[in-house]
Amino acid sequence: MSDSKNDKSYEVAQSDQIASDIEGYLKDQEHKSFLRFITCGSVDDGKSTLIGRLLYDSKLIFEDQLATLENDSKKVGTQGGDMDFALLVDGLAAEREQGITIDVAYRFFSTDKRKFIVADTPGHEQYTRNMATGASSADVAVLLIDARKGILTQTRRHSYIVNLLGIRHAVVAINKMDLVDYAQDAYETIEKDYRSFAENLNFSSITFVPLSALKGDNIIDSGDNMDWYEGPTLMSLLETIDVSNQKEENPFSMLVQWVNRPDLDFRGFSGTIASGTIKPGDKIIALPSAKTSTVKSIVTYDGELDEAVADQAVTITLEDEIDISRGDVISEINRRPETTDQFQAQIIWMHDQPMLPGRPYLIKTTNKTVTGKVTSLKYKVNVNSLEHEAG
Amino acid sequence: MTKLTHLQRLEAESIHIMREVAATCDNPVMLYSIGKDSSVMLHLAMKAFHPSKLPFPLMHVDTTWKFREMIEFREKFIAENNLDLIVHINQDGVDQGIGPFSHGSATHTDVMKTQGLKQALDKYGFDAAFGGARRDEEKSRAKERIFSFRSAQHRWDPKNQRPELWNIYNNRIQKGESMRVFPLSNWTELDIWQYIHLENIPIVPLYLAKKRPVVERDGMLVMVDDDRMPLNPGEEPEMKMVRFRTLGCYPLTGAVESTATTLPEIIQEMLLTKTSERQGRAIDKDSNASMEQKKQEGYF
Ligand SMILES: Nc1nc2c(ncn2[C@@H]2O[C@H](COP(=O)(O)OP(=O)(O)O)[C@@H](O)[C@H]2O)c(=O)[nH]1
Repeated sequence: MSDSKNDKSYEVAQSDQIASDIEGYLKDQEHKSFLRFITCGSVDDGKSTLIGRLLYDSKLIFEDQLATLENDSKKVGTQGGDMDFALLVDGLAAEREQGITIDVAYRFFSTDKRKFIVADTPGHEQYTRNMATGASSADVAVLLIDARKGILTQTRRHSYIVNLLGIRHAVVAINKMDLVDYAQDAYETIEKDYRSFAENLNFSSITFVPLSALKGDNIIDSGDNMDWYEGPTLMSLLETIDVSNQKEENPFSMLVQWVNRPDLDFRGFSGTIASGTIKPGDKIIALPSAKTSTVKSIVTYDGELDEAVADQAVTITLEDEIDISRGDVISEINRRPETTDQFQAQIIWMHDQPMLPGRPYLIKTTNKTVTGKVTSLKYKVNVNSLEHEAG
Repeated sequence: MTKLTHLQRLEAESIHIMREVAATCDNPVMLYSIGKDSSVMLHLAMKAFHPSKLPFPLMHVDTTWKFREMIEFREKFIAENNLDLIVHINQDGVDQGIGPFSHGSATHTDVMKTQGLKQALDKYGFDAAFGGARRDEEKSRAKERIFSFRSAQHRWDPKNQRPELWNIYNNRIQKGESMRVFPLSNWTELDIWQYIHLENIPIVPLYLAKKRPVVERDGMLVMVDDDRMPLNPGEEPEMKMVRFRTLGCYPLTGAVESTATTLPEIIQEMLLTKTSERQGRAIDKDSNASMEQKKQEGYF
């Protein structure tokens, strides 16, 4: 059982520490782990309600916001005057008027274990590209399913897309359990259906949790309504899920973003390390030129570093004057990435106009924009069945 | 092996965004409002391009009603760090005598701030402008992209934002259009304070509590910063221990009573209070969606 079950006493302990030992509290904050996740699923499955509930239950709503929420719930809420948590996240005027989510909203909260950024994404098919935007920065996808309705087309579409965008962990939240009398078999049927659908995806973990976003069951507290469920609550799942990706252990590579030339004596290559680690003295190769050199220094505003790792933004200087410009890749000499001007890829097409093979397009590959063509469309994926259909 | 902390990750993300702009935009500018978020943004920019100088100027849209201490701080900081700063004032507004007391907060903010900003962007032809807004500040901000597209009329269309995947940003624009870029999008108020504390970033002293002359108006504590402030009959400035959670035009920025005179004390107070940061700003109170509307009209 998670500690956050006792969130009242936790809250008190936390404020005590803030009051008596702010420096100690800040130190703890510095080393807290961090998780980005999204909520997705079909329209009305309860995404906004769930996030509103997480913020509310983790006491992250300020009094003035709460007053606004109460006010709005009466004015435009869908809960007959009761708190409509969805209004906390639907931030655009058009969304509030129409009661739908158009674009992804980012929310921030933290518990004693982790800091979170959650992206609430729209369920309408029309706004899929906004859902994809939210998914691209997340490590975990919380896929909501309405217990009464089971898996819908949007559940499948979203599962497929988040997986394609690189999310490796799915939490399937079977919501609105209060509307099916908290029945275990309703939950189990959906779990079974989803598992068989997901066999064709490649998530490295899929976890299921039955909940009621509206009533709060299994959000932070387990509640008494689903004693048959022995797993963790959604919050404790989010607090403990391991999303480390061992990026640091992969071969070193850095995409050059900006050439740093303050004067004739200094020439550095600025960029964010995509993978691996680097040290002065390491041999590198620049691509596509395939020129080689050795790292002279890793320069930062805070002084030179002995080592830099994946995700750090640094400036590297080299022993030799080789020509490197924005868009080039600096990588470990013996384990370099392949270079090619042709490849096969799965594409999520977002534009209203259809993709046309043979037509020139601009292709942005991280730091470089080039023109390119799609030679042929091999197949389209049917997001419902995951079957391949003729292009 | 080095293990990055949450703040180091945020720092790296912001640096990446700034370098992207420097490398791909023709004529970027960094909006500098002198507040804590701007101070963090500027500090990150100095990190991003070190040892080079910033490859873009800073710009302050001065409404002429900022706290005096803000302007002093600005002058000193810019000189000490050898930075390029453009100060833009909407001269039309000055000529018409626009001010918060005579014209009210909405007109003053629109003319001196929003119109002033648009004027300046057009005058210098900037194609990208950095702003220090955070997604945790307000609901419509929570929806905004990091690279946020603006039409030639400086309008934001919240219903039709561009996809923005991973850390790949689409900043292609036509002539006259521009980008607003928000490198602090994913920072929270706590992150900002903590970073200021850890990195020793200089901030305007108004953030720290001190005895200051204030009067109470419509439930807001207004500091009497100069003699342009007309006092109502019977109104007498009182010396109170106060500080400011956000900084802007002094007549529109409410002070909070506080004894916090150090950064950890500010953070402590922030964590233990139950009102959100923007409450001190008169301009947000008008209506719920007012920030969204202002942003659509070109406000940052
Ligand atoms: N009974 C019940 N209703 C819920 C639950 N979660 C959400 N709802 C309701 O379902 C409707 C749609 O929820 P919303 O959060 O807006 O869904 P979204 O479109 O996925 O963001 C609203 O009327 C919610 O109050 C739940 O757990 N139980």
